Amino acid sequence: MTGFRIQVFAVLGSLIIAAIIFELIRKRKVLEKYSLLWFASAVVLIVLSIWRDLLEKVAAVLGVYYAPSALFIIAGFCAMAMFLHLTVVISQLTEQNKTLVQEVGLLRDMVQQLQKQEQK
Amino acid sequence: MKRSNGIIIIPAYNEEENIRQVLAEVAQHNPNLDVLVVNDHSRDRTSFLVQELGAQVIDLPCNLGYGGAVQAGFRYARELRYDFCIQLDGDGQHDPSYIPKLAQEITRTENDVVLGSRFLGKANYHIPAIRRVGMYFFGAIVSLTTGKKVTDPTTGYQALNARAIRFFANDNYPTDYPDADTLIVLNYAGFNVKEVPVVMRQRMAGVSMHANWKSLYYVIKMCLAIFVVLLRGRKYYGAIKSE
Repeated sequence: MTGFRIQVFAVLGSLIIAAIIFELIRKRKVLEKYSLLWFASAVVLIVLSIWRDLLEKVAAVLGVYYAPSALFIIAGFCAMAMFLHLTVVISQLTEQNKTLVQEVGLLRDMVQQLQKQEQK
Repeated sequence: MKRSNGIIIIPAYNEEENIRQVLAEVAQHNPNLDVLVVNDHSRDRTSFLVQELGAQVIDLPCNLGYGGAVQAGFRYARELRYDFCIQLDGDGQHDPSYIPKLAQEITRTENDVVLGSRFLGKANYHIPAIRRVGMYFFGAIVSLTTGKKVTDPTTGYQALNARAIRFFANDNYPTDYPDADTLIVLNYAGFNVKEVPVVMRQRMAGVSMHANWKSLYYVIKMCLAIFVVLLRGRKYYGAIKSE
């Protein structure tokens, strides 16, 4: 039964992703606050993979005839949400980085001025 | 300029309505410690007011959030080799009259960290029921994992000795808010932590940092943070501490 197999794959895949994220957080390669969307996505996919009735209902709402296909659409939504989140984060970082570089430039100028004054 | 062996660190973000009174009260109760305000890129006149009063201020070029601002203070304290620091919020919630007591506790006892708890002793502080449940829940987790009772895990009114300052300056301090997970980290790293009763007031003016609706996000993030700390274990934090 293909429906059952995709259920198993979806659950396994979600669990593996969750385990990898946990390990990355433990090693401090990923901050907790940036992992939450990943976990949320994993939980949504696991719940929908196991709870077949709910998936059927969601598929009906989405207008998808073959329920397991709805999993792909939902996974796509999750991925979109994460991309959007990352874009926001990167934009913030770009702004902060710009400010920091400017600040360092100004500070370096001030230090040089002070050094010149001292030499006089 | 370092004039004392201890420093009072005050993180402030858009506190133009409160910071003057906070500094005045701090000056009144200050047992000769240096005072540093860490201005977390406020958009108001916080920095100007602090400088006007002649206190030292670090102006962060970007907004880092509470934990980042406090950690900037710890870095400063580490660079200038202070023996201890006392941290209190710039919004006036922490009654500065407890500074001498905290200073005494951190210098005269073996404790590495002394936390000011608003729930030990006479509580003069109203907290919405839902937050009380959350605090009780996370407090219980801390008690279970560390074997020590903690009444106020979210306090930002605390005193740290040089060892604890160095530990937190080395990136072991949360970027957002210190909380139950930070207490477990301290315990796992082998620090002695003690709570002393303090009185906290309602905010004098302005907007609280916990004012928005992010409670669910908070609870989930906190659970995750605690879980990861438990996953890393005592060995991990013990090794960092001895670095």
